[in-house]
Amino acid sequence: MITEILAWLTDPANWSGADGILAQTWLHLLYSVLAVVVAVLVAVPLGLYIGHTGRGSVLVVGFGNAMRALPTLGLVTLLAMMFRGSAALAALVVLAIPAVLSGTYSGVRAVPAHAVDAARGMGMTSGQRLWKVELPNALPLLMGGVRNAMLQVMATTAVAAYVGLGGLGQILISGQQTGAYERMAGAAILIALLAVLTDLALAGFSRLLVPRGVLLAAAKSGTRSRWRR
Amino acid sequence: MFEPLVRYFSSPSNREVLFEQFAQHVYMALVPLVVGVLLALPLGRLAQRVRWLRAPLLGGAGIVYTLPSLAVFVLLPSLIGTGYTSPLNVIIALTLYTAALLVRPVLDALEAVPSHVTTAAEALGYRPRRRFLSVELPLAVPALTSAVRVASVSNISLISVGALIGVGGLGRLFTVGFERPDVVQTVVGIVATVLLALAVDLLLVGLWRLLTPWERAGGAVIGE
Repeated sequence: MITEILAWLTDPANWSGADGILAQTWLHLLYSVLAVVVAVLVAVPLGLYIGHTGRGSVLVVGFGNAMRALPTLGLVTLLAMMFRGSAALAALVVLAIPAVLSGTYSGVRAVPAHAVDAARGMGMTSGQRLWKVELPNALPLLMGGVRNAMLQVMATTAVAAYVGLGGLGQILISGQQTGAYERMAGAAILIALLAVLTDLALAGFSRLLVPRGVLLAAAKSGTRSRWRR
Repeated sequence: MFEPLVRYFSSPSNREVLFEQFAQHVYMALVPLVVGVLLALPLGRLAQRVRWLRAPLLGGAGIVYTLPSLAVFVLLPSLIGTGYTSPLNVIIALTLYTAALLVRPVLDALEAVPSHVTTAAEALGYRPRRRFLSVELPLAVPALTSAVRVASVSNISLISVGALIGVGGLGRLFTVGFERPDVVQTVVGIVATVLLALAVDLLLVGLWRLLTPWERAGGAVIGE
């Protein structure tokens, strides 16, 4: 079985063409990144606002839990039926928002009160406190939320191929329909690999993004930042 | 708005399918949750006690958690020899996810048990195993509950993906609904899934209250 999967994966004919591995990988990545970027644009400002003002925090928690219960396949097929296949992209965004929102919100809430008080004491305005103190300190948890969102979206993009969105899931599902297990398994390996590599890339990116001072302060006080839920 | 729903539920075959897949869904949700918790407890304990195992255990859990469900469902048959459409694939995959999700919280919860409590238990003559089971574990329950709730809710929603590879459960309503196409059936499936998640969540909260009577006793607070 393994040799057949390897044979499928190493056959150059499977890599090229419009439905080939390269094209579908690119599409998979494009959809996932696009969905997470849109989710970040919506959820980060919202999370910052809620975290900064403390207004609507009950909403974040309740909303996040309720969203987690939504079955991705159901959401994707429903949107595709009501509108058309590409509407499934909206489902990806919807599923990415709660992770980013709760990461941003809890990041801001976790900023030590004494740091915010010190900023206030130095005469910083509300906006300055948000940009110069709360946002940089919230970055580790915020990026944790973005990584969680990316995991969720990567997995859902694979599922969304069922309604004709394309991506690596397309190869897997066409393999399933024709009973070609090596094709299914090969695509599954690629889907898993892409998810792991994307997560690693995001981990590297967040290491670049988080200011050194925040990391040092976290290491010094001994409070480990929680990267994962 | 209610007319299509009434029509859906008035068909005995629809009701039968819904009931059957719902039962299958419940089964596929509860087994991984229980087994996953039972796996995560010793793993978390191991990570706590054996220092050099901590990084590989947490790293491994992180990687398992990164793998998309559809990929795991498809790859399990070639790794462990289950049938391609066997519910076991989904059950084993979700068990792994649950355990991976819980190792870190178990470790954190055990680490958070104050040392004076464990020392007191030792002074009372508790051997390590009994101390773990009757002192440390109960004290870790409140911190663990929220993680178990997250695992339960995400499991219930993930099971539907199994329908793509021919495994039953409420996901069947989505694939059948999409092929017909039948929006009502899909909506019924979504609502049933969310209601199931809610019901299990309430059950877990009830269980947590049952397991931690001291939290509401209003007496001495253990810890701080």
